[in-house]
Amino acid sequence: MLQIKNLSYVTPEGKTILDDINLTVDKKFVAITGPNGSGKSTLAKIIAGIIVPTEGSILLDGTDITGMTITERARNGVSFAFQQPVRFKGITVSDIISIAAGRELTLDEACAYLSEVGLCARDYIDREINESLSGGELKRIEIATAFARSTKLTIFDEPEAGIDLWSFQSLIKVFERMYEKTNGSIMIISHQERILSFAEQIILLSAGRIAAVGSKDEIMPMLMSSELKYECARRV
Amino acid sequence: MNGLNISSDKLDMLSKISVMAENLSGAFSLRVDGSPYAKGSSANVTITAKKDLPGIDIRVKDGTVGEKIHIPVILTQSGIKDLVYNDFYIGENCDVEIVAGCGIHNHGHEDSAHDGIHSFHIGKNSKVFYSEKHYGESAPESGKNIMKPTTIVEIAEGGYMEMDTVQIQGVDNTIRTTKGKLGDKAVLKITERIMTDGEQYAETRFEVDLDGEDSGTHVISRSVAREQSKQLYVSNVNGNNKCSGHTECDAIIMDSASVSAVPKISANSTDASLIHEAAIGKIAGEQLVKLMTLGLTEKEAEDRIINGFIQ
Repeated sequence: MLQIKNLSYVTPEGKTILDDINLTVDKKFVAITGPNGSGKSTLAKIIAGIIVPTEGSILLDGTDITGMTITERARNGVSFAFQQPVRFKGITVSDIISIAAGRELTLDEACAYLSEVGLCARDYIDREINESLSGGELKRIEIATAFARSTKLTIFDEPEAGIDLWSFQSLIKVFERMYEKTNGSIMIISHQERILSFAEQIILLSAGRIAAVGSKDEIMPMLMSSELKYECARRV
Repeated sequence: MNGLNISSDKLDMLSKISVMAENLSGAFSLRVDGSPYAKGSSANVTITAKKDLPGIDIRVKDGTVGEKIHIPVILTQSGIKDLVYNDFYIGENCDVEIVAGCGIHNHGHEDSAHDGIHSFHIGKNSKVFYSEKHYGESAPESGKNIMKPTTIVEIAEGGYMEMDTVQIQGVDNTIRTTKGKLGDKAVLKITERIMTDGEQYAETRFEVDLDGEDSGTHVISRSVAREQSKQLYVSNVNGNNKCSGHTECDAIIMDSASVSAVPKISANSTDASLIHEAAIGKIAGEQLVKLMTLGLTEKEAEDRIINGFIQ
């Protein structure tokens, strides 16, 4: 269970990005949505330890992780899939999946994770995670590494961004399977209605504050009717 | 062990440059502390000592396929200045692998130096894979390990050479010069990987003349410069015919190191197609963060990125 208490973030320039966020995530599948600039990615990065909040605390299964480094949080069960996956020269797909799993995987094990995201393992396992891979391929590899970690909490920052329509269909299936298999919480930052529609809980952020928290039946109509609708629809 | 009496410390030094005891059989040459130590020939490969100069002539018969030749050099005593000339004469239609390398163990106060001048004459339609690993180790305050390898390559029509050089550790000062002259349809592919630290200095100079029609070269240099070390990369590719040339220099710079890249490409034919790419920069912060979110510490992430980069 993830608890966020009185969390705020003000940039060094004095701009408030998050303002007194209080949140408890105990569901298996939670989506965070909201307009651009509402603070979604900042919140995810604060949970992963990449950004240090100005105020407030974060507890994971009762342990205060606020003062922990990125590495310590990762080792304590936080995974974070980037919106823009990082490229590396000389690190292969098989290397990154083994790093994620925390041990050297056998070829079969590494291939199983790639198959989960619909990549033909034989074609990808020895490839470097460099410019030769497309944005969609990188994104799927990013998701495979999250699969390999299978931690208490996995955060995906806009998994649908930068992937083509075909990949999007497969992405939906991946999350459906991940939902069946996971023992922890999956938190997805998304604008995509189809992803939001199978979240058990939706958190709506607006201008750095929580505008609403509820089930999809409660939140989805708000998205469709509110001013947010235009913003969300435009992004899809 | 092939009747060779090699002490364990020498074998240990050989292993650092990827040469094992079992490699010292068939056609091979081992040079220790500035003198020939042992050599052998095979049915197709003859290795003989030069008469007028220090060094050896390696002659590979036409049609030799699948043979592997090891010619390591090690220096275990401080203060040795070793200069050696090795000439390779590769016949036609061959496919051979040559493993060279130099390991220096310097625990004295004087500088140790090895200058290897290697000339390759590659016959028509022959393929040569050549690898060279440089390694140095020394106690603090001991003399410097200095290596100045020169490789001169001439490739006849349809010939192919792949050269793979590695210098990861312990060489204080190095100037590597590689010169190539290519005939019709000849290809030269060079990959070098260098890591320097402390006060080390590494300089590499490539000069390739693409003289033949449809000749080609691809030079890839990947390096990491740490602490106060300095590196200089100079390449000069001349396209004198219908040909293609591609050089890329990619360096990671850390601490207070400095790296310079001086690429030059010259086309002397309208059908020459030449490309150079050079990039120097520190490790991207997002790469470190990504690996840390997978559970590595910052130091582990840095090592992983560097090792991948120059592997």
